[in-house]
Amino acid sequence: MRNPNEIVADALAAIHACPDLPMLEQVKAAYLGKSGQLTELLKSLGAMPAEERKTAGARINEAKQAVEVALKSRRDALQQDELDHQLAAETLDVTLPGRGLARGGLHPVSKTLSRIQALFRSIGFEVATGPEIETDFYNFTALNIPDDHPARAMHDTFYLQSGELLRTHTSPVQVRHMQTHQPPLRIIAPGRVYRCDSDVTHTPMFHQIEGLWVDESVSFADLKGVLADFMRNFFERDDLPVRFRPSFFPFTEPSAEMDIGCVMCGGEGCRVCSHTGWLEVLGCGMVHPNVFRHVDIDAERFVGFAFGLGVERLAMLRYGVDDLRLFFENDLRFLKQFN
Amino acid sequence: MQFPESWLRSLVNPALDTAQLAHAVTMAGLEVEALAAAAPPFNHVVVAEILSAEKHPDADRLRVCQVDVGEASPVTIVCGAPNAAAGLKVPCARPGAKLPGIEIKVAKVRGVESFGMLCSTRELGLEGTADGLMVLDADAPVGEDFRTWLNLNDTLITLKLTPNRADCLSMRGLAREIGAITGAEVRMPQIAEVASRIQDTVRVQVSAPEACPLYVGRVVRGLNAQATTPHWMAERLERSGIRPLLAPVDITNYVMLELGQPMHAFALSRLNGVLEVRMAREGEQLALLNGQTVELAPDMLVIADAGGPVALAGIMGGQPTSVERFTVDVFLEAAFFAPAAIAGRARRLGLATDSSHRFERGVDFGATRQAMERATQLLIDLCGGQAGPITEVVAELPRRDPITLRLARLKRVAGVELDADEVMHGLAALGAGVERQEDRLIVTPPSFRFDLAIEEDLIEEAVRLFGYDNIPAQPPAAPSRMLPQDETLLADDTLRQMLVDLDYQEVITYSFVDPAWETALDAGARPLELANPIASQLSAMRTTLWGGLIETLRHNLNRQQERVRIFELGRVYASQVEQPMKLGGLAYGDAVPEQWGAPSRRVDFFDLKGDLERLVGHPLDTRCGEHSALHPGQSAALWVNGQAIGWIGALHPRLVQAFDLPAAPVLFELDSQVLARHRLPRHATLSRFPLVRRDLAFVLDVHTPAGELLNVLRDAAPGRVQSIEVFDDYRGKGVAENQKSLAIRVVMQDTERTLTDQDVEEAVQKLVGAALRQCNAALRA
Repeated sequence: MRNPNEIVADALAAIHACPDLPMLEQVKAAYLGKSGQLTELLKSLGAMPAEERKTAGARINEAKQAVEVALKSRRDALQQDELDHQLAAETLDVTLPGRGLARGGLHPVSKTLSRIQALFRSIGFEVATGPEIETDFYNFTALNIPDDHPARAMHDTFYLQSGELLRTHTSPVQVRHMQTHQPPLRIIAPGRVYRCDSDVTHTPMFHQIEGLWVDESVSFADLKGVLADFMRNFFERDDLPVRFRPSFFPFTEPSAEMDIGCVMCGGEGCRVCSHTGWLEVLGCGMVHPNVFRHVDIDAERFVGFAFGLGVERLAMLRYGVDDLRLFFENDLRFLKQFN
Repeated sequence: MQFPESWLRSLVNPALDTAQLAHAVTMAGLEVEALAAAAPPFNHVVVAEILSAEKHPDADRLRVCQVDVGEASPVTIVCGAPNAAAGLKVPCARPGAKLPGIEIKVAKVRGVESFGMLCSTRELGLEGTADGLMVLDADAPVGEDFRTWLNLNDTLITLKLTPNRADCLSMRGLAREIGAITGAEVRMPQIAEVASRIQDTVRVQVSAPEACPLYVGRVVRGLNAQATTPHWMAERLERSGIRPLLAPVDITNYVMLELGQPMHAFALSRLNGVLEVRMAREGEQLALLNGQTVELAPDMLVIADAGGPVALAGIMGGQPTSVERFTVDVFLEAAFFAPAAIAGRARRLGLATDSSHRFERGVDFGATRQAMERATQLLIDLCGGQAGPITEVVAELPRRDPITLRLARLKRVAGVELDADEVMHGLAALGAGVERQEDRLIVTPPSFRFDLAIEEDLIEEAVRLFGYDNIPAQPPAAPSRMLPQDETLLADDTLRQMLVDLDYQEVITYSFVDPAWETALDAGARPLELANPIASQLSAMRTTLWGGLIETLRHNLNRQQERVRIFELGRVYASQVEQPMKLGGLAYGDAVPEQWGAPSRRVDFFDLKGDLERLVGHPLDTRCGEHSALHPGQSAALWVNGQAIGWIGALHPRLVQAFDLPAAPVLFELDSQVLARHRLPRHATLSRFPLVRRDLAFVLDVHTPAGELLNVLRDAAPGRVQSIEVFDDYRGKGVAENQKSLAIRVVMQDTERTLTDQDVEEAVQKLVGAALRQCNAALRA
């Protein structure tokens, strides 16, 4: 019988010399397989005398264990090598840019419209819409602006050949909504409006948001509360100064213009606020009883307030845009700044 | 409206500086639009007299002047002005003076020491250019500070008045208002009756009494129209933006500014017979003072004599009867023309006058006679002459009925309780008659307030005087009600965001476009046209969003943007009742941004179709059709739920050329309302049995659309067929010319049991049979 220790020594040398897993399996077969050397040795135990068999068997088993341990260790090492190899081969330059489409973006006026709507929705205002091509009745008459009223001169109106007009404000939506809904009402009406005016600070089309709240007990104090709350939240400035000045709109009374402390200079005075420290941001007031009369709402029972604000103006102040006309040139280099 | 602060302060002088006054006025609703100094800042300039002007010994163009500056002895000043001469009174800047851009020092000029500078208007910053010294009136007091003497430390105040405050279009009205706001004492001009010295009158007949409820006229004879308008009056006119012309005209303008009553002076000798106030007759014309001849319309009020109209009432006088330098006798007019009879007429004629501005808004008919007395007095004082008796024709003047102001209503609208006594006091200061009756005030508005007729008008006045800033800003209390949330409708914002996520940039383009685009994109388009467009290329209401999108593409291509993917959500316009919201998109250039990991490929029809399918969340029903703006072989009508909702396709090559584009963009436009409609999800039982997949390849005519085959297969499919989709379109080797092979994947599953081979085979045979019968599509061998 061959000395098992010699076989183990040979096996360990062969295992150690194995370059890969298939070879390792061959070595395993050569020593531990059906006709492997150690297997053959075990088979030869039968021919031995009983007293020797026990010690010889123990020695062979020890030898098998030693080979198995060596095989496992070598297999682990080879597997690790292989994985390392694979990982190295699969390594990417992760600093290269990602693949596929890019992402577009919303127009800054759209963003501003959404933001304003979200703020008013959060206190229960619903969104209402109305046509942009309007009749004289809804744009003027129903809003207490009779023919030849000097207030009409303030609205440079676009007329269609057919005699209809492009709404000069979103206020007609108030009227349409009140015709079809009963108070209490709380709506905002965003949309395009048109004035026949085009220069550095005017575009013939722009956006307004109209607001209307009608109920049995809303007051001028509430109007001030809602609008001050809105401006402070819109600009995310709890300390934003606001003020209300008497003004005139035929469809509200009392009427007011709302100013906010200049958000560009902090009220110090700059070009944007014409060195006054204040920015005029919206017109508002208590709904005029004649407007209620046109839509058959009892002006004695209900009180309401309305406001209208220019969306581009707020967008310019919020994002620091210094030229109104940029909004409608749609230069992608400009638009992408808001993505 | 512009006026000098000094004039206002002569009537009411609250203890506020200019800025404080401007703030107080603004916060009371008379918005101060601008404050401007009457003159640029300079100092140490005095009125001086040139005693002598000798030629400079060493310079031909310079003169050495001895100048009296009001001190014990004259000073020597070297002066280069061509008009420097002995006896002239001129402004003189003393050493140490700071003028715009220069500081004056004692200096030697060509060897002669000069103690100051004689000034031109340019050097003082009063005018842009000057060709010599500013020559002052002969009675200018030597030694007096120049600024004080010319009242240059004045401020020009410009108010932006709202149309309801006609009462503030005069110094008297403003003074009254500021008195009420600040509590300062108001000193109104004292106006006495002018006794008539002659008996001459002009007969006035008012044939349109509703339009002219009050007409006051008076003859003044024997005046000198060329009399110099006094400095104080000329200065006030100029600082109010009116150029002094001729004394009688200046006086009528002055009275208008002072009292708010527009007036007119006719040359008496040019008037012929009875003056009639009537509506114009069809075809009448009038040559106006400004040189313009206008066609009159029957709704325009005129003053006419026997020869026809001589003035456009309340707007502008006629040229032939105007006062000129040699006019000796005048007929003065002060009237109350009803706002409704004047409003809009001037604008229609392209005119805007100080007079029409006031009459349109309402002139104080309670002070018309006073204005006549004031103008007469000024005329006699400045131009001489004698006045005749006043002729007055009165019809029914606007009523000023008492209005009830309920204090409880005031509190309800204001949201805060105002002190009743203060309200009464304030309304009285505004000129109203106020009487308290328990819980209410009975208020009679003054003649000059055309904006006070109902209770709300008084509430506004009360709150205004109380101060809007003194009303607390309170968060309103309201019952909490939830807003409806329609789950089957995508909000516009959601739709926008989905397109943004699909790599489209939102744009907003004008609703009015070039009519040429409209007809180019659709030969049959009949867009609504604007009657008064801002420009011809912005004169048609768009009927499609594509014009604006293509223009945006061009704008960006011109700015080196090579990949443009844009969308717009907005209305198109068919009529007043039909203004549907559309979602339009355009993609141009590379399908994906230029990148290292993907080959460059131009965006095509299927990219956009895929984008839209991702948008609606299911395969789109596209049908062949022709749209004149699109490539006939690369366009399709889009259908959703049996409704045509829009178009998708590549721009027609003819238009690519017409719009001068380097390549064709792919476009879509959809009805956004239909697109936004989604169904509410509904759960269906999941099958526990295995899926069976069968791939079938059909060979069919190359012109038969895949969609047609799919529709046929889907219609023929038994219920257990879950889906039928195309996964390959092959043409070429192995398939005959004019034929294509479409590979179709059929997925089957039953919720009740595992499908047998026989089940599957039956289904496949049904499909194959239908394909052959209806599409002439055979299974590929």
